[in-house]
Amino acid sequence: MSLKTETMVLNMGPQHPSTHGVLRLELEIEGEVIKKVIPHLGYLHRCFEKHAEAMQYNQVVPYTDRLDYLAAMGNNFGYVLAAEKLLGIQVPERVEYIRVIMAELQRIASHTVAIATNGADIGALTPFLYLFRDREHILTIFEETCGARMLYNYMWIGGLSHDIHPDFVRKTKEFTNYFKNTIVEVDNLLSYNKIFIERTANVGVLPADTAINYGATGPVLRGSGVKFDLRKEDPYSIYNRFDFDIPVGKGLQGTVGDCWDRYYVRMREMEQSLRIIEHAIDQIPEGDVQSAIPKRIKPPKGTSYARVENPRGELGYFLISDGNTNPFRVKVRAPSFVNLEVFGELCKGHLVADVIAILGSIDIVLGEVDR
Amino acid sequence: MYQFFFDLTGNVIISTLAVALVPLICILLVTLFGVWLERKVSAWMQDRVGPNRIGPYGIFQTVADFIKMLQKEDAVSSEIDGVLYNIAPVLVFAGSFAAFAVIPFAATIIGSEIEVGLFYMLAVSSFVVAGILMGGWSSNNKYSLLGSMRSAAQIVSYEIPTALVVLSMVMLTGTLSLTQISELQTSSFWHWNIFGGPGWELSKFLLIPFMVVGFIIIFISTLAEVNRTPFDIPEAESELVAGYFTEYCGMKYGMFMLAEYGNMFAVSLLVSVLFFGGYQSPVGYLGKTFGIEWLVSLEQFGWFFAKGWFFIFVQMWLRWTLPRLRVDQLMTLCWKYLIPYAVINLVIIGIISLL
Amino acid sequence: MQKDGIEFMREYLKNTWDGIYTVLVGMRITFKHLFTPAVTIQYPEVKVKLPDRVRNRLYVNIDDCIGCDQCSRACPVSCIEIDTVKSIPGEDLGTTSNGKKKALWVTKFDIDIAKCCYCQLCVFPCPTECIYMTDVYEFSEYERANLLYKFSALNQDEAAQKKVNYEKFQAEKEAQKAAAAAAAAAKPKPETPAQPSDN
Repeated sequence: MSLKTETMVLNMGPQHPSTHGVLRLELEIEGEVIKKVIPHLGYLHRCFEKHAEAMQYNQVVPYTDRLDYLAAMGNNFGYVLAAEKLLGIQVPERVEYIRVIMAELQRIASHTVAIATNGADIGALTPFLYLFRDREHILTIFEETCGARMLYNYMWIGGLSHDIHPDFVRKTKEFTNYFKNTIVEVDNLLSYNKIFIERTANVGVLPADTAINYGATGPVLRGSGVKFDLRKEDPYSIYNRFDFDIPVGKGLQGTVGDCWDRYYVRMREMEQSLRIIEHAIDQIPEGDVQSAIPKRIKPPKGTSYARVENPRGELGYFLISDGNTNPFRVKVRAPSFVNLEVFGELCKGHLVADVIAILGSIDIVLGEVDR
Repeated sequence: MYQFFFDLTGNVIISTLAVALVPLICILLVTLFGVWLERKVSAWMQDRVGPNRIGPYGIFQTVADFIKMLQKEDAVSSEIDGVLYNIAPVLVFAGSFAAFAVIPFAATIIGSEIEVGLFYMLAVSSFVVAGILMGGWSSNNKYSLLGSMRSAAQIVSYEIPTALVVLSMVMLTGTLSLTQISELQTSSFWHWNIFGGPGWELSKFLLIPFMVVGFIIIFISTLAEVNRTPFDIPEAESELVAGYFTEYCGMKYGMFMLAEYGNMFAVSLLVSVLFFGGYQSPVGYLGKTFGIEWLVSLEQFGWFFAKGWFFIFVQMWLRWTLPRLRVDQLMTLCWKYLIPYAVINLVIIGIISLL
Repeated sequence: MQKDGIEFMREYLKNTWDGIYTVLVGMRITFKHLFTPAVTIQYPEVKVKLPDRVRNRLYVNIDDCIGCDQCSRACPVSCIEIDTVKSIPGEDLGTTSNGKKKALWVTKFDIDIAKCCYCQLCVFPCPTECIYMTDVYEFSEYERANLLYKFSALNQDEAAQKKVNYEKFQAEKEAQKAAAAAAAAAKPKPETPAQPSDN
């Protein structure tokens, strides 16, 4: 006797606890096994690229904040680098140092959210709160310096909106010392927990060549064992002055490129960021952070492309100038968007419960995917 | 207890109702306090404050929630299977409520003193599966359906290690009656089954490690039977929104909630009866010292509740520490780990008890 | 085959041990946290002190505003609307706190705070530092219209009056000019025309 069977279509999102925003996933499932995943995007589309054409160069910066809202400093960084290239501005040393420290603090803040939500999706809610508690310290540091907790508009073309707060250096040092304990604690509570390992190891294995073919970057690519980090490969700003390692996935608990590797790369990257911060914080030279800000931003005709290693991967800005005060075209290479493309490939043959583990380990931000 | 009420009132119906009312009130209070404790424990573990608005330490928060739940409109979707949908919460609640009938809260406080208490308890607690399946199916929601399927598979599977450990305990004590099992572990914590039961023979000391193993197995498998983290996959909120009761609201949802906490309490009490002396005090009774009979019952009741709450606390502690397992890993844990260990444990306990 | 069996058993026991051990490690950590004091605060009762540079609700000190419209132009979301009317000679608008002479009546200075993106770009260009961000963050409203903040010191009638005054003045000037032109046209040798006045 043969029964007629058919697959079931399960609609996950846009309102779902663990789609990290308004992502809609159309899952074709057989029992609980995934046959096909179709992500539907665009619920958060805000026309960033078109909108930027109607803005002056400096007015675009607050909009870049809203791309990857968990790593707004990194977004600002990429945009101002592109614009400075276009204008041919050399920013003061002090600005470079502060930018790097801010970007690394932001990387830690962003990774805490990534790790926390990855854990929370799998069911561990307590590490989630511990990590959010510590992210709060970073946000407070940011708030003191630039006045905002999330959407900073801190890095300006040619400089910074504010000089660092007098307490900045002390608080950052306190934080770096304090945060090391949290990393150990989360490692014990979550990373090496047998259940967590079972849920993430050997799940969603992304082979290195597939990752490269899809153009994945950031922890997703490094989790697959590819040692590619723009801070080392194509050092922008002053990253070539710092000594840090690039953690890559080694398949410690399962296969190289599984969810656990991507998760673990993030854990270790936070440590490396702490290293960079500790190195840089004592070397901030004196100077005026606004001395290189042009009075009137009107770049010559031309194009520029700048890319930075954002917490989620390679963030690129391509600017075309037609000699006006507004950019003619702003193109963003959004790492979340590119990384999300791998998702369908990873989910095939896994269970429904793995979908959220994989999605959490890819760590997308819908603000950046939809733009 | 029935006899007591019968003597008091002389009416069969009133005394039956009175006996039934005691566990009902128990479940209600346990749920109200349990939800509050759950919130507080999670808050404390996560460096938060938790509920603190209504009453001291927010103790009446759950009462307020309960009142809110009663007032809710009973919104139902038009595509549900009406009969099953309405029966399901009742059935689930009845299953967890019925288990309290045979639990001896004290030597004299017990709903029904039947000889096969343990057997009865295992039987009615698996009754819940039917309700969950009905709820999941009749809701006409894919998430509910997936949740109830998972739940059914899970509860049915975890019955086996539970039953195996219970079997080893029955072998050791030679009785199925929960009262008698409690009575055997009397007078000192040294006589509790986790320490090998009463007596001073060599076999008692040999039993201790296997008792610990048995306790761990039954604790894990009962945890899974009541759908608590790390085994809460039927209602895994990050995957299945709320699992089998996604579509329920108002008091029907409240029934599932009551049943969940009722079940938690029931299995905690079962574990404490089997391994931790049930209502027996670990040290002795003030009532016996002073010769006051009713004080002994009260003390026993207190000890039993304290043990029950301790295990509920451990369940919460685990919930806020661990991630949840995947559905196939859940089955792996049950069939490949718990059952083999339980069988080996059973055999070894059998051999030792023969000595 | 024999080795596989041993290997399998070793892995099996290791898994069991790992499962129990890591759970206990986790439980120890959460138990420790059971007794650490809460890090959250009781928000409506307790409020954290916000830093000096905090960016919340915009405020305009209209006494200092010279109506230069720079903030409005800097705003990326166009949430600031400014209308000005030139003052007529004889009207003294006073000076701003940093000594700039005011020459324009600010008849309309509306900030739609619902549109504001709190980027602070309007604050920097202000020559008199009259627009700034305060630390007020509790200003939710039931009506969206209530979030349109009007900062102009003049009410509608006054604003209309100023406009009428200016138009009247302008008309008079035009008339004078016309008269002068007519007079000049009448005379064979024209005098130098009156310098056009800014106000």
